[in-house]
Amino acid sequence: MGLLDKIPEARLSRRTFVISALFAGGSLIVAPRLIGQAQAAETAELTAFIRIPPTGRIALVVPAAEMGQGVYMGIATLIAEELEVTLDQVEAVAAPADPMRYAHPMLGDQITGGSVTIRGFWEPMRKAGATARLMLIAAAAAEWGVAPASCRAEAGEVIHDASGRRLAYGALAEKAAAMPVPQDVPLKSAGAFKLIGKPAHRLDTPAKVNGTAVFGLDARPPGVKFAAIAICPTFGGTLKSVDDSAALKVKGVRQIVKLSDAVAVVADHTGAARKGLAALGVAWERGANGALDTAELERRIEAAMEGEALVALDDGDVAAAEAAHERGVSAIYRLPILAHTTMEPMNCTVHVRPDSCEVWVGTQVAGRARRTAAEVTGLPLDKVTVHNHLLGGGFGRRLDFDGVTMAVRVAREVEGPVQVVWSREEDIRHDSYRYLNLSRIDIRLGPDGLPVSWNHRVVGPAVMARFLPMLFKDGVDLDQTGGAESPYDIANKRVEFARHEAPDGMLTGNWRGVGPTRNAPAIEGGIDEAAHLAGVDPVEYRRKLLANDPRLRAVLDLAAERAGWGGDLGPERGRGIALMPDFGSFAATVAQVHVAPDGTLTVERIVCAADCGQAINPDVLRQQIESGIVYGLSAALYGRLTLKDGAVVEGNFDDQPVLRINECPPIEVHIVASAEAPGGVGELGTPGVAPALMNAIFAATGKRLYSLPLTSAELRRS
Amino acid sequence: MTYSLNVNGTAHEVDVDGDTPLLWVLRDVLGLTGTKFGCGVAQCGACTVHLDGMAVRSCVTPVEGVGSSQITTIEAIGAGEPGRRIQEAWLAQEVVQCGYCQSGQIMSAAALLAENPEPTDEDIDAAMAGNICRCGTYPRIRAAIKLAAGAPAGNGG
Repeated sequence: MGLLDKIPEARLSRRTFVISALFAGGSLIVAPRLIGQAQAAETAELTAFIRIPPTGRIALVVPAAEMGQGVYMGIATLIAEELEVTLDQVEAVAAPADPMRYAHPMLGDQITGGSVTIRGFWEPMRKAGATARLMLIAAAAAEWGVAPASCRAEAGEVIHDASGRRLAYGALAEKAAAMPVPQDVPLKSAGAFKLIGKPAHRLDTPAKVNGTAVFGLDARPPGVKFAAIAICPTFGGTLKSVDDSAALKVKGVRQIVKLSDAVAVVADHTGAARKGLAALGVAWERGANGALDTAELERRIEAAMEGEALVALDDGDVAAAEAAHERGVSAIYRLPILAHTTMEPMNCTVHVRPDSCEVWVGTQVAGRARRTAAEVTGLPLDKVTVHNHLLGGGFGRRLDFDGVTMAVRVAREVEGPVQVVWSREEDIRHDSYRYLNLSRIDIRLGPDGLPVSWNHRVVGPAVMARFLPMLFKDGVDLDQTGGAESPYDIANKRVEFARHEAPDGMLTGNWRGVGPTRNAPAIEGGIDEAAHLAGVDPVEYRRKLLANDPRLRAVLDLAAERAGWGGDLGPERGRGIALMPDFGSFAATVAQVHVAPDGTLTVERIVCAADCGQAINPDVLRQQIESGIVYGLSAALYGRLTLKDGAVVEGNFDDQPVLRINECPPIEVHIVASAEAPGGVGELGTPGVAPALMNAIFAATGKRLYSLPLTSAELRRS
Repeated sequence: MTYSLNVNGTAHEVDVDGDTPLLWVLRDVLGLTGTKFGCGVAQCGACTVHLDGMAVRSCVTPVEGVGSSQITTIEAIGAGEPGRRIQEAWLAQEVVQCGYCQSGQIMSAAALLAENPEPTDEDIDAAMAGNICRCGTYPRIRAAIKLAAGAPAGNGG
């Protein structure tokens, strides 16, 4: 299962849609043209994704945002494979905000998220490369007066073997752009791949080790000023009054911008802006949420769990099975509020002019960023330009554009460009939160110890209702409920969804691993508990329930073998396993922990086996799984925001810690070679971590934890 | 007030309040954006630069405290050793993902190797624990530091 597989219509029409978007609708591959009129020599654009200058590197236009996941590398590899160029002949550049040309073919918008970029672009990008190659060959053949079929392309040249003639793409591009766009271009078979699946160094990293990479926060349009911002600490509250007399005396401070719910200090540099902000006397109208605290939010979601729910899935007869079988597992899993804490705090640079608006930002939703700027300024969409940048981490945070909206509101009041910079505290206290989430799981076992029914009630916000309405159907958030039925063969299954939203004004959004991260603790904790109740080894138990899922069973077996499953670890130690079949990929994670008598928890080792289909770049795949695991560890061990008096209490890495190098266990990633279509990798590693740890803790201590983060206090035995 | 700074071997005059953190002088006044802002309170290490070869968090280093110290930033760390070796090892091990924290990671690692050419795992943990990476590149950072130090890299575990 994956985000997209959760929409039946999309599954059926995926291929048709991609093809039509490519060649009929013209939204992906547009008519070739010449661009760069300002340049001395013109650069030809062959498809929307390939720009070939007369000399020098070919620019491959990446329709997705690079946030560390290696998408520049991945997309460039796909195009280059069929274009017949080497990776040192190309550079990857960010696509402009233009959903008409650069929308993700399945999401229908210019969105980078849900681990679907490569899955969606796997075919269109290769077709773009092949289309351009055929046009270059046609141009050369016409030049030489030979048949196109007698020519071939290699390493950026068209070659006519019979005569030994060859021409570089740069010399052919202008002519090629005038050639008819070929229809129904064939693609290489996997056996012919020169780049896909082969090791190669990433294209985006050299600039990231010498300080020259440009993130959103590094945008420096001429004359830019810098703004520090304070947003009302209570969700939905407003600005009451500001005493700016001291702030205006700070050297370098230029202007105070007062908005209905925020105040910003504009200065010559961020240091002065921050000092000015600290010198402001601000009073807030705390609003309707002014008295909220964590206990109240928890009380509300617990009440929602006992209330009405919609049936998302009802296979077999769960009620009859539950009536007939008493023995089983019943538990409630409780997840906390999480921030994303991308390393690069929220920021956005904006220049509002009377007739136009320019935005410099790193965003996962370039098209939406453009639309919000148009809405706030009242300008037509075509008067708004978004320059997308490298993202200093995304993790779902930059799938929301609230920061762009706020920055444009500030910039509207400022002459010239202004960079609005969130402090870390503002970033954590005004995130797009992974909200509280409950899972109530009821698994009944038959006489043979295997499950006869699976009953899972999920309680949480319907993020898709606003984020991607095609994944919100009949009141059910399909991202949240898809997969909640577990991958296991069980005759009777029921999934219920009780929608429970955060208080008004508190933005809730996507967090790395999306729905699967919310469901995995209950699914994998629940099945583990069932295995122990049945007296069967948890790996063996899962294997029995995966007869029809060979790819998932294979990663289960591989992870168990590599982790030394079953080997004696001695006292106070244990291993736990968790499976993650989602994003079109399959993973099994084994955690090994030590729990000291005083409750101190040490993660000693993580082993992950993954089948992600055809790897585009095997090392990037490995990187992403390592990354997802560490992100999951941070959340499982530390992630929890609390509210007091309507505001988030935690504000920085001291009171909302994340994993540091000295706490990072050895991580082993084992990849199953596969020729299946590529699956997602960016989020695959994250969801399994918490349940693997929970199961390992049980193995070590006999105590099962049902809530996150995992705290030593609950594990203390002495 | 005007301060004279020596940044990467070049003299600069800057006219800012003395309590202005060096980070913002580098990024916003001098345009050296390779040094990053992550937390503002010396918790994350993204802003790490060298003062006379010692790693400091520029977000809490007031410009008035810099004096005549030689400031080195990520933009110039590759001009000497072990900075150049560290950068090469970072690429060889494919440490980098989003890359935002890596300027600080490299500055911390370069200071470590300058002082301790053959660090153990414990030395690496101690020197690098102040640098957070949300992409989780820690195992590869360990491997890359060992590679730069000339030791077999192993799996980074």
